[in-house]
Amino acid sequence: MPVAAIRNGTVIDHIIAGQALKIVRLLKLAQHHKLVTLGLNLPSKTMGYKDIIKVEDWELPSEKANQVVAVLSPKSKISIIQNYEVVKKFQVSLPSLITNIFACPNPKCISNHESAPTTFTITPRHQMILLQCKYCRKTFSLNDIVSSI
Amino acid sequence: MSFKQRDVITVNDFSKEEILYLLNHIQHIKSIPSSNILKGSVLGSCFFEPSTRTRLSFESAMLKLGGSVLGFSDMQLTSAKKGESLHDTFKMLHHYADVLVIRHPLEGSAQLAADASDAPVINAGDGANQHPTQTFLDLFSIQESQGRLEDLNIALVGDLKYGRTVHSLAQALIHFKPRLYLISPAGLEMPKDVCNELREKGVKFSFHQTIDEVIEKMDVLYMTRIQEERFASHLEYALIKQNYVLKKEQLAQVKPSFKIMHPLPRVFEIEAAIDQTPYAYYFQQAQNGLYTRQALLALILGKL
Repeated sequence: MPVAAIRNGTVIDHIIAGQALKIVRLLKLAQHHKLVTLGLNLPSKTMGYKDIIKVEDWELPSEKANQVVAVLSPKSKISIIQNYEVVKKFQVSLPSLITNIFACPNPKCISNHESAPTTFTITPRHQMILLQCKYCRKTFSLNDIVSSI
Repeated sequence: MSFKQRDVITVNDFSKEEILYLLNHIQHIKSIPSSNILKGSVLGSCFFEPSTRTRLSFESAMLKLGGSVLGFSDMQLTSAKKGESLHDTFKMLHHYADVLVIRHPLEGSAQLAADASDAPVINAGDGANQHPTQTFLDLFSIQESQGRLEDLNIALVGDLKYGRTVHSLAQALIHFKPRLYLISPAGLEMPKDVCNELREKGVKFSFHQTIDEVIEKMDVLYMTRIQEERFASHLEYALIKQNYVLKKEQLAQVKPSFKIMHPLPRVFEIEAAIDQTPYAYYFQQAQNGLYTRQALLALILGKL
């Protein structure tokens, strides 16, 4: 197994290849002082290639999983591990709102000038995910939002 | 349907029925522009960047209906100069007024102010973003001059890329199925996101570079100013702008009901000789701004 099993903690699996590092940054996993193991570009029967993140002694809340992971990798699966056993498993689902995770790409948006928590409304459209800023009301593609992460 | 205590941030927050409801009330207020229905109410006029027409229009609207006004017209006169956040400013201001109007250079500022304030907030322009009361008065003026809003041939002319009035007007007109003619210099076309929205909602539109191509078919010609700072050089600006100046001689074959509108200030783009023709509607349009803001204030304060 390219990435070792963990005793207790969280596994974020079936991440679209290339997105794991963005997820690590958005979840601030490097600041947790927990053991984090990453697998990048692992072979996958269903996806071709995938990323995987394992975090020891930390449980990812489902709401956070949906706010961060679902946007970057909508088909990812979260497993909560206790004593090497999977005690909880769920697939992330796209929320309707994302609050205080992403910055607005519009440099003239008030949210980039005051410490206001950003909120985006999520709209799937034609295989794409669109995010509308609550303040400036501009609509962005996922690429616009995550390109600066 | 109620506008009571409602924030007015963007025209997109209003349904077709709500827009028509408002237009009906503008017509009603126009018949009684002075009264005391807002006696005892206070308008907070919060202009963080300069405005003459919009600010005076709001203040006059309030005063003519018996209300009072307090506020400021320059950010330098406020605690924003000391670094106070917009959030904190409106968290304080809502104690002093029953309704707040804001113009601010940053986009989304009106929404942030509305979130901080318990009093309703009206967006009088947030940067290059939205100016909903301008759109409401534009719609009222179109309806007044044409007798209807549905199925009109409307040309939007000038700086369509940076002009917040034309973005907002195009989006609001979606409800009324116009045929739009988008006339602008190369490089100042209507932005893709507005065009995508028009396309998705089934609005027919086309791009043009001259007014003469389409003027005979138009019901309404909505002119906007092209600003020199959008061009790389003064020479380029001088060469291009002359194609977007409306002259009296161009009106020879227009429809009898044809009307010319402009959000003002008009600089060079409409020849002064046109003012005396029956086609000029921009001054009535500006006057309708007073009635529009009166109707909005009265509805928001629950007095209509």
